[in-house]
Amino acid sequence: MQIPKSFLGYKRENGRAGTRNHVIILPVDDISNACAEAVANNIKGTMALPHSYGRLQFGADLELHFRTMIGTGKNPNVAAVIVIGIEPKWTKRIVDEIAKTGKPVEGFHIERTGDIGTIMKASKKAQEFSQWASEKQREECPLSDLWISVKCGESDTTSGLASNPTVGNLMEKLEPFGVHLCFGETSELTGAETVCAARAATNEAKNKFMKTWNSYNDFILKEATDDLSESQPTAGNIAGGLTTIEEKAFGNFQKIGNLKFIDVLEPAEEPKKGKGLYFMDTSSAAAECVTLQAAGGFNIHLFPTGQGNIIGNPIEPVVKLTANPLTAKLMKEHVDCDVSKILSREMNLSQAGDELIKTMLRVANGRLTCAEALGHREFVMTKLYRSA
Amino acid sequence: MSQPDLIIHDEKDNVGVVVIETTKKGQECNAWIMENDKTVKVNSTNEVPLGHKIALRDLAEGDTILKYGHDIGKVVRPIKKGDHVHVHNVKTKKW
Repeated sequence: MQIPKSFLGYKRENGRAGTRNHVIILPVDDISNACAEAVANNIKGTMALPHSYGRLQFGADLELHFRTMIGTGKNPNVAAVIVIGIEPKWTKRIVDEIAKTGKPVEGFHIERTGDIGTIMKASKKAQEFSQWASEKQREECPLSDLWISVKCGESDTTSGLASNPTVGNLMEKLEPFGVHLCFGETSELTGAETVCAARAATNEAKNKFMKTWNSYNDFILKEATDDLSESQPTAGNIAGGLTTIEEKAFGNFQKIGNLKFIDVLEPAEEPKKGKGLYFMDTSSAAAECVTLQAAGGFNIHLFPTGQGNIIGNPIEPVVKLTANPLTAKLMKEHVDCDVSKILSREMNLSQAGDELIKTMLRVANGRLTCAEALGHREFVMTKLYRSA
Repeated sequence: MSQPDLIIHDEKDNVGVVVIETTKKGQECNAWIMENDKTVKVNSTNEVPLGHKIALRDLAEGDTILKYGHDIGKVVRPIKKGDHVHVHNVKTKKW
């Protein structure tokens, strides 16, 4: 297949390009959700991103909260941002960082004004942003403007056999075009960690990866009440034919094809080493992982599933594929790309990779994903430890 | 192309994965190697369900199981070509 060299995206002030054109109302903290949702309800063409945290966090956990908030606002799929928090200081910190992209952003704090006054002020600004953004047009953008993140979920044997390798095939084909790529799921690489470390492009990246994985493993061993033999693989995995944690990890690992990763990112950290594949330290929980990748700046997501995970993200379109013929049939409304014909050999891996590229580009050009059409907007902050 | 009974990821693998509902005892299975698009044959010694693995050669205790071209565990009971490979004869090297 001749791979198209461009897609139709929204060019942003900082040189990046979006596959979407959202105006978001971003609450800094849990208690500002009501206000943010009221503004989004008032002004059409805007979307609130309610979440559960942002109060009395500290240390690395607080830094991750800020990184996730700021990164979400900076994402090129977002045209403009209204930030609403209870207090002025944290609200301003987020606004100031998002403003560095050059996109319209305005912050409002509720203290000393109350919800109703804040809703009125924020709604007026949101209306301005919404109408401004509605005039933005899609323009031809080079493929290298795509920042593609990947994560699998509700995996079964068909994931490792076909849907994950299909994503790997896409990565191998698109890497030469200068795209950014990102995989995560620190926990689900257990068993394949040394082989994964060997895929680092540099010694620095390798050491960073092993440090990240070891730190995760130490945490698990500290918290675990047994040696995980009963949990990894799960009883369901075993029933489905997965014998060991290594086998499960290698199935997961198929998503990066034969590529090497150039750097290891903190959760929600923006890549800074240019085009290529990055590993991000994330949970293997779908919504947490995609939220972190979106905050890292990724603008389109590929999600292979076996049994049928239904996740979506408010700002980063999640393209789902499955190789499980039963899932493709019974959960059709959740499946953007059906590659189950790999198992019956009516389709080879390269053909499946081509199909996924076509599907992904249609979505990049504006086609709604199944998750978008169904209203899936899972925005889930990763919390590192309890609040003060 | 006919539907394979087993799929093998990598030419180096010593197991294949059943992709039909179940193999029959003694059934000659067509095993498709994804990596190079070749087909090999193996007789299934038991009934093995979808998603489960079948040995492509004889394996002795202590041998390494290769899937995706990688080490996914060690053989803890001798395995004959065509046998079901799972938790009863293979264990993780991790814990």
